[in-house]
Amino acid sequence: MMVDVQKMEQFAENLAAQEEVQGRSLFADARRRFFKNKAAVVSLIVLCCVFAFSMFGHMIAVWPNDEMDWGILGQIAELGAPSIENGHYFGVDELGRDLFARVVQGTQISLMVGIVGALIAVIVGTLYGAIAGYTGGKVDNVMMRIVDILQSIPYMFVLILLLVVFGRSIFMLFVGIGLISWLDMSRIARGQTLTLKNKEFVEAAMATGVKPLTIILRHIVPNLLGVVVVYSTLLVPQMILTESFISFLGLGVQEPNTSWGALIAEGAGTMQYGTLWQLAFPMFFFIISLFSFFFIGDGLRDALDPKDQ
Amino acid sequence: MSTKEPILSVRDMRVEFKIKKQNALPWQKPDILRAVKGVSFDLAAGETLGIVGESGCGKSTLARAIIRMIPSQGGEVFWQGRDLMKMNEKELLGIRKEIQMIFQDPLASLNPRLTAGQIIAEPLKTHYPNTSKDEVKKRVRELMEKVGLSGRMINRYPHEFSGGQCQRIGIARALITNPKMIICDEPVSALDVSVQAQVVNLLMDLQKELGLSLLFIAHDLSVVKHISNRIMVLEFGDIAELGEAHEVINNPQSPYTRELINAVPIPDPIAERKRIAERRALEASA
Ligand SMILES: Nc1ncnc2c1ncn2[C@@H]1O[C@H](COP(=O)(O)OP(=O)(O)OP(=O)(O)O)[C@@H](O)[C@H]1O
Ligand SMILES: [Mg+2]
Repeated sequence: MMVDVQKMEQFAENLAAQEEVQGRSLFADARRRFFKNKAAVVSLIVLCCVFAFSMFGHMIAVWPNDEMDWGILGQIAELGAPSIENGHYFGVDELGRDLFARVVQGTQISLMVGIVGALIAVIVGTLYGAIAGYTGGKVDNVMMRIVDILQSIPYMFVLILLLVVFGRSIFMLFVGIGLISWLDMSRIARGQTLTLKNKEFVEAAMATGVKPLTIILRHIVPNLLGVVVVYSTLLVPQMILTESFISFLGLGVQEPNTSWGALIAEGAGTMQYGTLWQLAFPMFFFIISLFSFFFIGDGLRDALDPKDQ
Repeated sequence: MSTKEPILSVRDMRVEFKIKKQNALPWQKPDILRAVKGVSFDLAAGETLGIVGESGCGKSTLARAIIRMIPSQGGEVFWQGRDLMKMNEKELLGIRKEIQMIFQDPLASLNPRLTAGQIIAEPLKTHYPNTSKDEVKKRVRELMEKVGLSGRMINRYPHEFSGGQCQRIGIARALITNPKMIICDEPVSALDVSVQAQVVNLLMDLQKELGLSLLFIAHDLSVVKHISNRIMVLEFGDIAELGEAHEVINNPQSPYTRELINAVPIPDPIAERKRIAERRALEASA
């Protein structure tokens, strides 16, 4: 009987390929350590719930977020309290709109602002800082002076000015937050790059003639990720806070859109009428989310810290 | 050996660093540190030149200046007759394929985020970007076997290897483009003594097999004399002595070399046996 040599070879090769030992990356190690941290894991679960709430909350909601309940309007303090019977799980706001649906909507926008702001910071800030740090010399000097200048502008003032001049829109909010959020990140990334640049593996890549951009993307940025990930989990709540503050001032998102900050502002404004739930529900989501982000950031920092390994 | 045309000749290499004084005002002139002060030598094909000298005498700086990783303040480097210092980036890239480097700290010279396979493949992918994936993998495995690593470890990360294994990965990375010369910057200083011998022997075997020229840097003589044909002793950026290995070891001309030799515990089995016998006698009489 003839043995199909080619097939056998293929088989042997497949076997050999299978035998390859799967390595454990540093991230895998860090993941294991992260999941040992209870506070971080609980926070992660809470945050996932908040996410799920913002994604799927509108399916549970009995009322749409833009419809007034005419039966309650005028007697909100008496009839508008949270109740299962009439479908207003979180009660209604001062215009008779379902607060549950409004909180879902506000959570969506606040999380989006936080995450988009942090993403801009991560992408722009990391690349900018890594390029400045790696190139060094005059380029580095100029690039970092630009950051200095941008950072010395009172950004809240600029943000408010932007929103007033160009009109209030979510897009302008993103532009404004995106403009400032990456500055700190670029400094952190640059500092780390300066240390990485002197590591021998970067030198090895330079010695074989790997292109500078490839070195930055392949050798520098992946080794920055630890710091970047931790910082960005702390950046998300910071972005949310900024947006909330602006919305609280009445300059952020515009009706019919809303956010945690806008909802809290409304709730605080009507507190005197005894409709405390209007403040309590948005506040609750706001606080548990911020705490979760901070705990997760903390857990990540511990997990990624090479000193503990 | 040195009758052949040298593959590398370095002429009057000088490297200076500007050191800013602490709290210096911007218009103050920085101090100049002359790390390499006019070094010249030749290296023949297939030859090993050991470079020794104490820490901070400019060995690494010299090596880096030769392959233009740092700027030099003067001097010429001829690689197979062509002046490296006058080449443009593109020509230089062609040379980088032929001159590879091995580093001191085995773990630090490997990117912790890449697998052994990715690390070893990098020079190949840089210089032959059109190589197919399978081809790259085949080459990587071939080289891993060559330096004494199992090809099965291709997907492991550097922190999962021992120091000696990491250095073998570094050697495989240096060999993958079929270089003509390898600069070894203290390749065994960070390793255990037993592992040092293995790595040095591996380098010697590879050199014989592939006809490599080696620039072998170390800070002590005991390693260098084992592997080198000739030895160059550096003293604060200057050549203190340059000659055949056994000449330099057995008949050192410069006082600096003599000091270096005295600093190394040279194994002497007869003296050692005598010392042990004396101690036994002492213990027996006590
Ligand atoms: N980038 C740099 N900037 C300023 N000074 C430097 C720089 N690199 C090296 N030096 C200095 O140049 C001198 C020679 O350093 P080099 O690294 O070449 O020493 P070495 O002989 O390789 O020492 P070792 O055995 O410790 O590796 C040292 O005094 C060092 O401080
Ligand atoms: Mg050195």
